[in-house]
Amino acid sequence: MLIYAVKRFGIAILVALTVSVLSFSMIYLSGDPAIALAGEGASQEDIENVRRVYGFDRPIIFQYVDWLLNALSGNLGHSNYLKSDVASVIFERLPTTMILGACALGFALILSIPLGVLAAIRPNSLIDRIALTIAVIGQAMPSFWFALTLILWFSITWRLLPITGTGSWLNFIMPSIALGYYVTPAVMRLTRAGMMEVLSSDYIRTARAKGLRPATVLFKHALRNAIIPVVSLAAVQFGFMLGGSIVIETIFAINGLGFLAWESIQRADLPMMQAIVLVLSVFYIVLTFLADMLNAFLDPRIRVS
Amino acid sequence: MSDAVSTERPIVVTAQILEPSPGALMRRRIFGHTGFMIGIVVLATIFFMAIFAPLISPGDPYDQVLSRKLIPPIWHDSAKATWEHPLGTDLLGRDYLTRLFYGARISLLIGFAAMLISGVIGTTLGVIAGYFGGRVDMVVNFIITTRLSMPVVLVALAVVSLVGSSLAMVIWVLGLLIWDRFAVVMRSATMQVRNLDFVTSAQAVGCSTPRILFAEIMPNIANSLIVIATIEMAHAILLEAALSFLGLGVQPPEPSWGLMIAEAKGMMFFDAWLIAIPGAALFALVLAINLLGDGIRDVTAPENRN
Repeated sequence: MLIYAVKRFGIAILVALTVSVLSFSMIYLSGDPAIALAGEGASQEDIENVRRVYGFDRPIIFQYVDWLLNALSGNLGHSNYLKSDVASVIFERLPTTMILGACALGFALILSIPLGVLAAIRPNSLIDRIALTIAVIGQAMPSFWFALTLILWFSITWRLLPITGTGSWLNFIMPSIALGYYVTPAVMRLTRAGMMEVLSSDYIRTARAKGLRPATVLFKHALRNAIIPVVSLAAVQFGFMLGGSIVIETIFAINGLGFLAWESIQRADLPMMQAIVLVLSVFYIVLTFLADMLNAFLDPRIRVS
Repeated sequence: MSDAVSTERPIVVTAQILEPSPGALMRRRIFGHTGFMIGIVVLATIFFMAIFAPLISPGDPYDQVLSRKLIPPIWHDSAKATWEHPLGTDLLGRDYLTRLFYGARISLLIGFAAMLISGVIGTTLGVIAGYFGGRVDMVVNFIITTRLSMPVVLVALAVVSLVGSSLAMVIWVLGLLIWDRFAVVMRSATMQVRNLDFVTSAQAVGCSTPRILFAEIMPNIANSLIVIATIEMAHAILLEAALSFLGLGVQPPEPSWGLMIAEAKGMMFFDAWLIAIPGAALFALVLAINLLGDGIRDVTAPENRN
């Protein structure tokens, strides 16, 4: 277990370093970041000033190392647009996005795991067909369009839910559904496949043969094993959702990290963009690392191979 | 079935119990697969709309007639609804049906091109990793992990905003971002094939590595490749629509479906059909591609169906 953990940790660090190089070099895609930062109609003098203030005139490798060391000590740079520290803005917005992500994941799991289990108990039954239909439709629905449709129904036609803002928990219902439904097909399919495999295994037959109640067999013996791969999928999907929240947060005007990212992209706030990409990526790396550790802990076969 | 027949009537004409030919079996599977048939019919319709857009559309996608703006579609009980504009007109008085037809071109083009780029990158990485294994596999795995840890929508938006958005740029950015599934699936598919007898014998008679990869490995992983290709094409189309919706994809006045939804967003509380029509088109296209992909998987490898 320890060897596996150390190895896995080493890889996570390497990935994080590579991601930091990529997010750092991202701002050079536009050619000269000084010109982009100075904005339209800036004089040559302004551009030179920006270049000196931001240190773009130094060798790139020095810039990167400085940026990385600062990032490691919690200083993600300074946003010229917001006139404030990037890190503090990000950590002010992060909890909102986390809550949204958690609600969306919760919605997805509550919907997909029972459906997946039911579908696995009776393959090719009506409930299996319904589950499959939900999965196929879910995968084809553009999330932003689904979000707008939800607004039309729940806010305009039935006047049940507020459209924008983060005032109360009611504000989080529609964004969570819009963000979470996209994950349901994947989780449902994995739960169904895992359950079907486990239900046909010898130990389940034994459990049934010794006369255990069907519910005990299902929940205590089968689901517990079938759910292991779902744990790591859920972690991965949570990471994806934080990235995808940019669309949903923009529609519902939720003041989270995704909305901040969109605003920063709109106003070419390069340090903020770099930092958000880095923070979300590192968060995903940590998440998948923890999921792998949990998996190895739950399933001894993983840590042996 | 043939067994049941032969036990009831011992003397049977042999032709009746002959197995159907593989071709007939395949045809039966294709035509018997509802999802596959729905997918291919819808996709063919949209493809037809895209190719013949200039011939079948009632108007011009860029022609603005401000005096005729926001005409509702014909199924609305409105005096303004007219057969001249079956799906109505948008905020700038452009014929909605025409823009829908031309929008199909953009979605299909971006989806297909981005899928090709990501397919080449992902398949190369995946096949190489799966065939050679060891260190090569470790490196490719590392590249895949790194790619997966960067959020696609965010990176795509940021990159497009920095390099400037155009049709070609959206295709390249998406193509360079969404190759991960190709790599993951091709890697494991290659690993399954790598140690089979026909590959070993090709190695034994001294075939060159490229020959083994192209003539032995590729044909045997082609069906999963096609399935992933459909998934990624659908993925690219959805991403393009999202980028255009956020204003960083295809630029006005081009008729991208995502952009049409974005342009109609301000009017959606009064004229919901403005977002319903392009959204439904997008949904139908992605659904058709996904159904086709699932269908191909079931038809080519029925033993893996579950």
